[in-house]
Order: sequence, then C-alpha cells, then structure tokens
Amino acid sequence: MIFMEKRFVYADNAATTRVYQEVAAEMLPYLTEHYGNPSSLHFMGQQAKKALESARERTASVLGALPEEIYFTSCGTESDNWAIRGASAVYAKFNKIEKPHIITTAIEHHAVLHTFEALKASGYEVTYIGVDKDGIVSPESVAAAIKDNTCLVAIMYASNEVGTIEPIADIVKAVKSIRNIPFLTDAVQAVGNIPVNVKELGVDMLSFSGHKIHAPKGVGGLYIKKGVRLKNFIEGGGQEKGKRSGTEGLANIIAMAKAMEISRDRMPERASLEKKRDKLIAGITSIPDTYLTGHPTKRLPGNASFVFKGIEGESLLFLLSAAGICGSTGSACSSASLEPSHVLTSLGLPVEICHGSLRLTIDYDTTDEDIDYIIENVKRVVERLREMSPIY
Amino acid sequence: MEYSEKVMDHFMNPRNCGVLSDANAVGEVGNAKCGDIMKIYMKIENDIIKDIKFQTFGCCAAIATSSMATELIKGKPISDALNLTNKAVVEALDGLPPVKIHCSVLAEEAIKAALANYFRSIGNNEEADKLDASCDGCCEHCDCGKH
Ligand SMILES: Cc1ncc(COP(=O)(O)O)c(C=O)c1O
Repeated sequence: MIFMEKRFVYADNAATTRVYQEVAAEMLPYLTEHYGNPSSLHFMGQQAKKALESARERTASVLGALPEEIYFTSCGTESDNWAIRGASAVYAKFNKIEKPHIITTAIEHHAVLHTFEALKASGYEVTYIGVDKDGIVSPESVAAAIKDNTCLVAIMYASNEVGTIEPIADIVKAVKSIRNIPFLTDAVQAVGNIPVNVKELGVDMLSFSGHKIHAPKGVGGLYIKKGVRLKNFIEGGGQEKGKRSGTEGLANIIAMAKAMEISRDRMPERASLEKKRDKLIAGITSIPDTYLTGHPTKRLPGNASFVFKGIEGESLLFLLSAAGICGSTGSACSSASLEPSHVLTSLGLPVEICHGSLRLTIDYDTTDEDIDYIIENVKRVVERLREMSPIY
Repeated sequence: MEYSEKVMDHFMNPRNCGVLSDANAVGEVGNAKCGDIMKIYMKIENDIIKDIKFQTFGCCAAIATSSMATELIKGKPISDALNLTNKAVVEALDGLPPVKIHCSVLAEEAIKAALANYFRSIGNNEEADKLDASCDGCCEHCDCGKH
C-alpha cells in the first residue's frame, strides 16, 4: 500500500496566523523565568516593568507613534469597543451633545458594527456609509455624513473579507477639515501586512491585534494620539496609566512587539507576496462565472477573495478542507444568522452569488507549489459542486 | 460547524446524486437567495420508487440530507415517502447542528414536491393538493408551522 503524504496549505491568515518561532522564543522566558508582575515593587516586578515598557517602545516605533500613545489590550475587539465607546462618550460630554451621532461603514468587522448597534440601542444615532463595488469608502461620503452632533468616525483600514485598503489619510483630512471629531481606524488587518504609520494617517486612534501578525491570540493594542481622551473601559488596579486596568499579559505583549518588528523587516517581501496573490487570483478567476471581490489592486498583499456562481461556500470550504486547504467563506450557511456576509452584499453583489464566496489569505510562507495546488483543487471542487447543483 | 461522521460521509460521498432523464416525478424547493435549492427526480412504477436522484445547491448539511433522504426511500413504496419526515432524516444522519435543521426540512419538502408532481401527472389532483402546502423549505422567512 502506498501512503501519500497529505498536503497541507494554510490560506486563512486573515482569521489567524502561525506564531513565528522567533516570537515564541522571545516570549517564553517571560512565562517561565521573568514572570514577575509589572506592578510589583521587588526586582522581579521591576524587570517585568522594564520589559513591558520596552515592548511599548518597540511597538510605538513600528507604528510611528510615541510610546505613551500605545495601550495594550486583550484583543482587537476590545480595542475597537474601547475606542468607539470611550472617545464618543468624552467628546459628547465635553461638547454637551445629548444625542451623540457616530459614523462608520457598512463593511466593518463585527467588533465595530456590533458596538455601533449596541450604542444605537442605548440611544445613539448611527450612520453606516456605503462603499463602491470594490469596497472603497469615499472621503466625500464620510464628510457628507457629518452632523452637528457627530462624536466619532470609525473606518477600517483594510477589509478582513475582501482585502480592500481604504484611503484613510484622505478620509481623515476630509473629516478634520470640518471639525476635530475623534477618528478611529480598525487596522487589525493592515498592521503587519502593509506599512502603517499613525502620523501619516492622521488618525486619533488605531486598533491592532497580535494573532493576525504571528503573535499569540489574546493580545491587542490601541494607539491613542496624545491629547485625545477616552473614558475608561475596564476599571481596576490602574494599569496602563489607569486607563485600562488588568495585569498586563507581558509574554503576549512582548510577542506582539517582536512580531511587529519582524513584519516591518519583512515588508520588502511584500512584492513577491503580491505576485503570488495575483497568480492565485488569475488562476481562480480563469474558472467560468467566477469573480474577484474587493479592489483589484488596492488590496492586502495576501488577500484573494472570490464569488462563484451556482455553488455554496460552506460545501466549497469543506471539500477544500478535505484536500488539506484551509480557507474561509462569507456564506450564510457558515454563520448562525443564515444571512450571507454583509460585506459582500454591501458591494452590490446579488444575494444569490454571495452564498458562493471564498476567501484565501496567503502569507510569506506560501510557496508557488502551494498556489498551484490551491488553484488545481479549487477548480476541481467548483466543478464537482456545479455538477451537483440544480442551478448551474 | 460540527457535523457527525454520517453527515460528512454523505457529503463527501453523496448517494444518488445526479439527474434522472426518464423521471416521472420532479420537485424543486428552496431558492438561491436563501442559499439552498434541492431538486428531486424519481422514477415511479406501480407505486414503487424504482429510482431516485437529487441535485442540490447548498451547504454540507443540505447535500447530506438530500443524499440520506433519497437513500431512505429508494426502492420503497410511495406511502413510505409520504411518511418520511425531516426528523427521520436528521436521526438517520446522527443529528444536525440546530441552525441546519432547515436543510432537512428542504429534503422532506423536495420529496413531497416531486410526489405532488407525480400525482398531478396521473390525474390525482386531490393527493397533489394535499402535498402542495405552504412550505417551500426556506425556513428563514417561513411561518408554515409544519416543522
Ligand atoms: C478588521 C478586524 N477587526 C477586528 C478584529 C477582531 O480582532 P480580535 O480577533 O483580536 O478580537 C478582526 C479579527 O477578526 C478583524 O479582522
């Protein structure tokens, strides 16, 4: 009997990433040796405190921020929640706005959208800006949505689903030319994948997450520009200058700092990653009735996302998984809601085709052979499902 | 989504998948907006379902329930097919995640739609009308109260 080594291709890096060996190596001593609490006065505590502040400096340096502008959190979701609630509350109070209005886009991650919905339920007024067919938010449409009671604007830097990169600097300019309204960008998918500089963007707040950039799950961060005020989100022992309490997850924070540095150092490899992505896009869109979703060029270097006519995404995903390929889908059947992805429908795609979506997110480790293997298998699986489909 | 081994088996190796060119009973339910469509073809002779095939656009659960439902009634009398419930299909698959139960409804309704089509073709409108109920297997916007 011949045993075939089953091939394994991980193409779901937008969901989460492998922790780099170097990252794991750097964080490990902070679990087993330097395990002091940064708030403790003894030398173990002081060592930990020093390591924490060093990680803050390293993180700030990668993002072009000041160390005191970086706050560590437990995840990107927390950063988004805190920024939206915290900044809008302070701005509303300071400007004596009774019914705050907040603005975001229709294609945000649920970390932002569901926070907006919760605030709406508590009496806020909310506006969701639409996007064009490629997922681009226009600065004019954001500016046009601003009202006298607007207290916050939150626009994602890059889409987790279709990979479109938004013109954040231009949107910030358009907003700030009207009034100095707090501006958050959810950069969870951008940081680590494209160069991100908070000063060039001009944002007030920027959220990021460790596990999307080859650090562990359970750590994130929020950049808060000096002078921008946020209401506390988590009260307690006064960590993070009293703004975000809770004993710091030091090992995770150090891991995230290291991962940030690695991703910055690897930025020059982006061109070759984009080349692999474009090969993947060309291969898959050669399948009939298959369309790329998101912007053709203004997109994350590892994101290749598609919709296929006549098939359903969950079946596609499971058949690919059986071939050792990990991807993701925005199909209704993959969610509890039975509604297809709000992002895909926001692009103006017919609901029917949104059920047949596939997102492949590759990274530097993906080889040309992996790309060939993915293309070959997507072709085979799509053909098989279409043969089974009564509507194709 | 966690599926039983039986569901995965029927999804990976669907039984009776395809088109039946000499079918005398065809039924289709669901719609593309809902995300699943099931089409059933049967060859009925002397009240026996001699052959049956399906085509399905849908998730793993939709494909697996189509496969299982066809297997449960292939070679059986029409009366068995009339009595087939979505619950029986779910049980035969060792269960489905709660959000996927509507897929089994789709299978039951597709079979009933095919039988209605058959009854109508042989002039038995009374039986056909009984089957042509309000349910199209699309649970999301449905209040048919049948399942
Ligand atoms: C754009 C975006 N925002 C926020 C999040 C949430 O980040 P986390 O998983 O760290 O809570 C994600 C992760 O899926 C994301 O892609």
